[in-house]
Amino acid sequence: MEAIQNHFFNDLSVMLGRSLRHIFRSMDTVITVTIMPIMFMLLFVYVFGGAIQTGTDNYVNYLLPGILLIAIASGISYTAYRLFLDVQGGIFERFHSMPISRSTVLWGHVLTSLVSNAISVVVIILVALLMGFRSSAGVVSWLAVAGILAMFTLSLTWIAAIAGLSAKSVDGVSAFSYPIIFLPFISSAFVPTESMPEAVRAFAENQPVTSIVEAIRALLSGQPVGNDIWVALAWCVGIMLVAYFFAMRAYKKRV
Amino acid sequence: MLNNSIQVKGLQKSYKQLQVLKGVDFEVQKGSIFALLGSNGAGKTTIVKILTTLLKHDGGTAAVNGFDVASKPDNVRQSISLTGQFAAVDEILTGRENLIMIVRLRHLQNPRQLADNLLKRFGLTDAADRRVATYSGGMRRRLDLAMSLVGKPQTIFLDEPTSGLDPEGRIEVWKIVKELAEGGTTVFLTTQYLDEAEQLADRIAILHEGRIIANGTLVELKKLFPPAKVEYVEKQPTLEEIFLAIVGKKEEK
Repeated sequence: MEAIQNHFFNDLSVMLGRSLRHIFRSMDTVITVTIMPIMFMLLFVYVFGGAIQTGTDNYVNYLLPGILLIAIASGISYTAYRLFLDVQGGIFERFHSMPISRSTVLWGHVLTSLVSNAISVVVIILVALLMGFRSSAGVVSWLAVAGILAMFTLSLTWIAAIAGLSAKSVDGVSAFSYPIIFLPFISSAFVPTESMPEAVRAFAENQPVTSIVEAIRALLSGQPVGNDIWVALAWCVGIMLVAYFFAMRAYKKRV
Repeated sequence: MLNNSIQVKGLQKSYKQLQVLKGVDFEVQKGSIFALLGSNGAGKTTIVKILTTLLKHDGGTAAVNGFDVASKPDNVRQSISLTGQFAAVDEILTGRENLIMIVRLRHLQNPRQLADNLLKRFGLTDAADRRVATYSGGMRRRLDLAMSLVGKPQTIFLDEPTSGLDPEGRIEVWKIVKELAEGGTTVFLTTQYLDEAEQLADRIAILHEGRIIANGTLVELKKLFPPAKVEYVEKQPTLEEIFLAIVGKKEEK
């Protein structure tokens, strides 16, 4: 009897190639994902920005980390959507009835989410540069920023996987991302938390977005990062582990 | 044993309280076409899912190509392919890309060559580089079947392969199924169209309320009925025959 070999990397590259084609053939999804955060950025910088006291003279610098998080939070809903279509359309079942490494069916989507969100992040940073964003960060700091954003993307992508695997309708698939998109508004992403009422402030200062935003902001402006980066990473890893656990449960229900 | 591609004994499956399969038994001979008939919700798709390792059963045993589906799912997957109720094709990829993807997932050499051969065989060469989203229903089904033939699996599962197809599309699928069986492939198909089973199957089993209530060749099943009475009826063409005559296609038998 021939042994079944493990084809993990071959299968993963096929799955990744497939879903990368999906995003490169429908660049409109990338545009949709980047346009809303860019509009927010324009709105906050040129409309509200004059009235917001952040203690810095460059509000674009202050704002950018939060805008990037909003972009990622809306970007992952497309991962949920693509996963949902696979499950509904039957190609999921075809893959699972084939002699492949099964987990690659999910990992292909997860890695594609990293790539497509990286594209949106780069686009938004380019727009921010046009609007006056400047950074004194060195290569190491930029790598750290990229690392935090990648961790954030991964943790949210696994939440998206839960939605994509368990949703009953297309509307249900994207609904989960709205609360996540709004989290940055109740954080230090747009205004310092000192101006908020006590209860809101307590929430804002202790939710994951604030520590992630503060860590990225410090890295980009060449300030000492302090504890924020560890708190931020702990949040990302924690969310990722919990979401991964529930995504796997939803996945096992499907197969 | 070796003459049977599929062997099912006392198969049981429940979804929560609802018992869908209450002890299903049947065997499918190598190289034959086996049709499972049943009304909607009878559990046909549940049986297909269990046999293709997509679903675990609660009781009884099932073996495909000599491998137990519960303990040797990898070997089963190596030797089968599944064409589900909905054409499982990737709409954003082209027809050729879909086939190459499946060839690579089956870990075979020369993906391009294999894909081209199948495209030719299924009359999709001209459409090979178009996105599947632009294909008609019949073309999608053809591509779907072509994808199932990659790697020449010993047993093929077709879950309602002609639902949603126009008459020409159905006849095309029938022709392909017959060719497959002639080439030695075992075909397991479910259908709710009685004429489809009559046209294709060597053996027909009827699934009703969780059990197989009849199983045999068409001739055997006909014997279950009282002997035929001779009646004189004017032969009217069926609407299908009229349709096919008008569109100028000949039904191939």
